[in-house]
Amino acid sequence: MTPEAPTKKQINVPVMADLAARNESPEILFWVGCAGAFDDRYKRVTRAFVRILEHVGTKYAVLGLEESCTGDPAKRAGNEFLFQMQAMQNITTLNGYGIKKIVTACPHCFNTIKNEYPALGGDYEVIHHSTYLQQLINEGKVGVTGGESFKGRRITFHDSCYLGRANNIYEAPRDVLAALDADLVEMKRSRANGLCCGAGGAQMWKEAEPGKKEINIERTEEALATLAGKAEALANLGGVETETSAPGAHDLQGSIIAVSCPFCMTMMSDGVKNKEQESKVQVFDLAELVASAEGINA
Amino acid sequence: MLQSILFLLLLVAAFGFFTWQVRKIRANILVGRERDMSGNAAERFQKTLLVAFGQQKMFKRMTPALLHLVVYVGFLVINIEVIEIVVDGLFGNIFGFHRALKFLGPVYDVLMATNEILAALVIVAVVAFWWRRNSNPPLKRFTGPELRLWPKMDANIILYIEVALMVALFFMNTADLKLHQLRGEDLPGTFPISNLLVGLLPGNEGTLHVLERLGWWIHITGILLFLNYLPSSKHFHIIMAFPNVWYSRLVPQGQFSNVESITNEVKAMMDPSFVVPPAPTAPDGSALAPTPFGAKDVDDLPWTNLLNAYSCTECGRCTSVCPANLTGKLLSPRKIIMDTRDRMEEKYNSPLIFRPNVYGEEAKHEPITDMMEATLLRGKVTPEELWACTTCNACVESCPVNINPLESIIEMRRFLVLEESAAPNSLNVMFSNIENNGAPWAFSPSDRFNWADDLFAAEKPSVTAVA
Repeated sequence: MTPEAPTKKQINVPVMADLAARNESPEILFWVGCAGAFDDRYKRVTRAFVRILEHVGTKYAVLGLEESCTGDPAKRAGNEFLFQMQAMQNITTLNGYGIKKIVTACPHCFNTIKNEYPALGGDYEVIHHSTYLQQLINEGKVGVTGGESFKGRRITFHDSCYLGRANNIYEAPRDVLAALDADLVEMKRSRANGLCCGAGGAQMWKEAEPGKKEINIERTEEALATLAGKAEALANLGGVETETSAPGAHDLQGSIIAVSCPFCMTMMSDGVKNKEQESKVQVFDLAELVASAEGINA
Repeated sequence: MLQSILFLLLLVAAFGFFTWQVRKIRANILVGRERDMSGNAAERFQKTLLVAFGQQKMFKRMTPALLHLVVYVGFLVINIEVIEIVVDGLFGNIFGFHRALKFLGPVYDVLMATNEILAALVIVAVVAFWWRRNSNPPLKRFTGPELRLWPKMDANIILYIEVALMVALFFMNTADLKLHQLRGEDLPGTFPISNLLVGLLPGNEGTLHVLERLGWWIHITGILLFLNYLPSSKHFHIIMAFPNVWYSRLVPQGQFSNVESITNEVKAMMDPSFVVPPAPTAPDGSALAPTPFGAKDVDDLPWTNLLNAYSCTECGRCTSVCPANLTGKLLSPRKIIMDTRDRMEEKYNSPLIFRPNVYGEEAKHEPITDMMEATLLRGKVTPEELWACTTCNACVESCPVNINPLESIIEMRRFLVLEESAAPNSLNVMFSNIENNGAPWAFSPSDRFNWADDLFAAEKPSVTAVA
């Protein structure tokens, strides 16, 4: 996918315990999250993001084996007891290392640590990786050149609920995508009106209740129709009152659904497979797109 | 004189009865759990100004926003004339004056003209509202198992009353205008609509006088009756929207409340030296019954969620954007809010007209044998509804008066999980994965850092290094 790299170097990801042993402290702690650590698809996002961190020379560290679930799925499912157990355990670890600034690629981890940990004694500056990537691009540390070109490719961004409505972050991911010089198209239900992928609130771990349709299929259909330039056919979806977009049809080949959340990644990828479009449409996280454009994949 | 006394009695009775009803509702709301919503007055004031007074969130959907704006502004401006009606009614007959605000001169002209034009527009808007609800098929958000029978009728009653009030206003003005024209007198004020209607009324002074009085009495009596209908109706939102927005949460929508009693337990578990603060006691020092985790019934919910229920005008914006509802699941955020109000009124004080929702087959309710024993959870809201929620905040975002159905859903989930251990089995598996592996999936914690194995990057001088 990327041009053949002339040389490649191995990355030894710095672990917080080692830094602490050397009496060093990182500029940022990269909170990997369970999906980023265990889910095969999202591990690629974690690795892409680490390549970017290495590339810009940020002094970072991860908790490695000391990281544990933030408790988000337990809390959304109503298990407040388990959530607080997880939270206190993580806060003890983070405070023990004197962590000040955390970056994470998971909006659920982001929301929980940023908003729900302070009341339990965990006060940190928490940044989602979309905002962090936006900063790197704005500061010129990442030029998004030298790698794969996304010029003219159709990309639509699927808003994550826990980034968007939950924390009002709508522009950062779009700014990152805009830097790719791609053909950005918006779904009718976007930003504050974005439709959930269906995985939040612990739905990721259970079957959906009986209904007419899976939520991720509804959302994928909207994304595919938007990428194909046929969004007006879906104007009645969801009862959202919208105007029709300019007509015109596009070949889906090479189109991208951009996400910024591990659960959205799973749901949208499954949706694209269900619609049998996986040979044409790919689902990528922002970090993967930036790393590809920067030409630092190996 | 007799008219003045009658009017005074009517006024006192109407406001007295309304106050009595409001006090009952206040008591219903205060059965909820304590939640400190004091402070941040400046921010709350600004929010109330924008969202409640300024209708900010209505403008996400233009057509209903404009229609609603007409009725809302009509309500505000025409009520200035109601002040005049009240003054006229109390003192006009005694001191022999009519239209107390006429001293405003040109301002009065503008006021009366604005009133008439707004009143005409209100009728147009109300007809449009009626059509959106009653055409076949109606707008999708005006359908659903929770919007049958009484809620459906309530919505129409409100529209009929509004039209009746506007028609009475025109009767009053037109008759008054024609009366003055016959007498060759000048009626203070400008009446662009009534001017068009004078031809429709008979030319008899006596009849006109009766018509004018009839219009006057119907308009003011109608308003006072409507005022006392509000506590039984979804239309109560015209008042409750303001306190509801004022007391809405100021934190990010993604931030869920932390349960404090659990915090103390967890702290005690993790740190043996932690001293658990004593449980709150009743004013006389006796122990209080332990409060359950989460909510089983309305009195387990924070009072703000009960305030929500009285502020809901059942517009269905929440349900129309709910991903679960859109894909045919049972969950409807509007139903949760309406059920909360029904349950409060069933268990505590009922309003004048009390018709709790009766659901059809499609709501899949477990049969309720004893209405009084049935709680909000299971009696009205089924676990199937609660488990369908993705916590996406679309309902919260969409509500024009900042109602938060998500909070109530989470409170009831907490009860199901912490008090009844009644989570779906797959979620119990997820819980035990977190407990044992520190991750919601069944992976070994020792594999958590495997993602970093054999990680390579292409050599490329960083931009900063070049610079």
